[in-house]
Amino acid sequence: TQVGSKEYFDKLLADHKVVVFMKGTPHMPRCGFSNAVVQILRMHGVEYDAHNVLEDENVRQGIKEYSEWPTIPQVFVNGEFMGGCDILLQMHQNGELIEELQKVGITS
Amino acid sequence: MSGYTQEYIQEKLTKELEATHVGVEDQSDGCGAKFSVVVVSPKFTGKPLLQRHRLVNGVLQEELKTIHAFSMKTLTPEQWEEQQK
Repeated sequence: TQVGSKEYFDKLLADHKVVVFMKGTPHMPRCGFSNAVVQILRMHGVEYDAHNVLEDENVRQGIKEYSEWPTIPQVFVNGEFMGGCDILLQMHQNGELIEELQKVGITS
Repeated sequence: MSGYTQEYIQEKLTKELEATHVGVEDQSDGCGAKFSVVVVSPKFTGKPLLQRHRLVNGVLQEELKTIHAFSMKTLTPEQWEEQQK
């Protein structure tokens, strides 16, 4: 399958419960918004599959079309698009994130 | 300098979302590429966070192609009132 195609992302998301598309890597985020997502997931002890969109323009553009969401980072849980940094932060603050993670068997 | 002004973003969101309050903060020192917004609209009532953010993204579809950093809070008038207390 072609990198950045719908099939490509379908497969990626099927392989992991939590998938993050970000700028940089979890060890070295290259943008404050991506860093915020990394920090939140770390606080909840979540293991996830991270993809650096700066490394591949097809992934960077492709994921925006796949999720119909214009910005990076993007967080997916169980194949479903959950949101970007603002949404994750608010869900973290109001407790919804814990609920969503529990639904897929992740306890934080 | 190809950015947008605070006023432009504010007017567009107010008009398109029938917002009762829009707060726009230009965090880019005026280059118009980094914004933080608060939008209060009755259109958000009954909609989950993701759908609310999609509404805002939809309104600023063209602008978001050039804005480098954008963060938002989306509230219903009831939630906004509660926050002001």
